[in-house]
Amino acid sequence: MAATQRYSNFSIALHWLIAVLIIAAFILGNIMVDMRISPTKLKYFSYHKWLGVTVLAFVAVRLISRLMSKAPPYPDNMGKVQTYLANGTHILLYVLMFAVPLSGYFYTLAAGYPVVYLGLFDLPVLIAPNPEIKDSLKSLHEILNKVMFVLVLLHVAAALKHHFYDKDGLLNRMRPGI
Amino acid sequence: MSTYSMKKIAAYAAAALMIASPAIAAIVKVDNAKSTVNIVFKQMNVPVDAKFKKFSASIDYDAAKPEASKATVDIDVSSFDLGDAEYNKEVLKKEWFNAAAFPKASFVSTSMKAGAGGKLDVTGKLSIKGKTVDVSFPLSVKKEGNSQVFDGNLPIKRLTFNIGEGEWKDTGMVADEVQIKFHVVTNP
Repeated sequence: MAATQRYSNFSIALHWLIAVLIIAAFILGNIMVDMRISPTKLKYFSYHKWLGVTVLAFVAVRLISRLMSKAPPYPDNMGKVQTYLANGTHILLYVLMFAVPLSGYFYTLAAGYPVVYLGLFDLPVLIAPNPEIKDSLKSLHEILNKVMFVLVLLHVAAALKHHFYDKDGLLNRMRPGI
Repeated sequence: MSTYSMKKIAAYAAAALMIASPAIAAIVKVDNAKSTVNIVFKQMNVPVDAKFKKFSASIDYDAAKPEASKATVDIDVSSFDLGDAEYNKEVLKKEWFNAAAFPKASFVSTSMKAGAGGKLDVTGKLSIKGKTVDVSFPLSVKKEGNSQVFDGNLPIKRLTFNIGEGEWKDTGMVADEVQIKFHVVTNP
C-alpha cells in the first residue's frame, strides 16, 4: 500500500529548495513587470535574475544527481497510464526548469543588460545586445513560464491526489527529515 | 617711407603669410552620422550603454596649433536612448534630466593643449540641467583618410548635476560615475 522508499536527502533538499526559489522568482516576475519605474522595481528585476540563475545552477546539480541514482519506485497500484503521465510531467518539468531561466537569461542579454550575479560576479555575455530578438525572447520567457505554472499545478495536484485520495503514501518519497 | 623698409614689410608680410597659411585654423565640418555621444553607467553594478542620438558638434581645429582649437558639442537631451522606450521617457522627467526645463546639454572647450601620448588635454565647461561645471579630459586625434577622428572619455558624477533626484539619489542603484564618450568624425 504505502511507498516504502524515499529519495535521498540530497535530492529532497534540492527539490524543496528549488521549489521555493522558483516560486519566489515567479512571484517577483509577475509583480515587477507591472510596477512603475522606481528603484524598487529595478531591485526586483535584479533579485529575479539572481534567483533565476540560482535555480539554473541547482537544477543542473539536481539533474546530474537524478541521472546518477535511481529514483524510488512508484507505488504498486499506479498502473501504466499514471506512470507514463508522471514520468512525462517530470521530464517536462526538467525541460522547463532549464528553458525558463535560460530564456530569461538570453532575454536580458538581448535587451543589453548582462547579469551581475549578486551584484558581484559578471556572468558570461553569451549574445550581444539584439533589439530584434529581444521581444521574441521576452514572449518566449512569458509563455514558458505559463506552461511551467500549469505543469507545477498538475504536479502538486497529482502528488496530493496520490497521497490523500489514493492513500498510496506517495508524498513520503519527497518528505524532508531524517 | 623708404623703399627699403617697404620692401622689408612686403617681405615680412609674404613670409608671414607663407608660414601662416598651413596653420590657418579651420572650422571643420562634423559628420554627425558617423559621430556618436555614448554614455555608460552602472545600474546595481550592471553596465548599461546609452547614447544621445541628436547633437551638433563644431570643431575649430588647428593641427599645427592645437592650443588655438575650440570645440563645442550641443546635445539634444530628449534624444537619450538606452534601448527601451519606457525608460527613455522616464529619464526625461524632472528627477532625471528634466528635459522640459533643460532641453540642451552642452560642452564648450576653454582650452586644448597638446598633452602626453599625442593626445590633447581638453578643458572646458560642461552644462547639464542648468548646472555648469569645469571639466578636463584627454582627447585623442587621429587622421583617417581625409577625416579627423576625435575620441574623448569624460567621466562625470551625475549627482553634481542633480541627475537622479529624490529616491534616485541612491548610488547603489544607479552609480554616481557616468562615462560620456565623445566620438567626433569630421568631413574632409
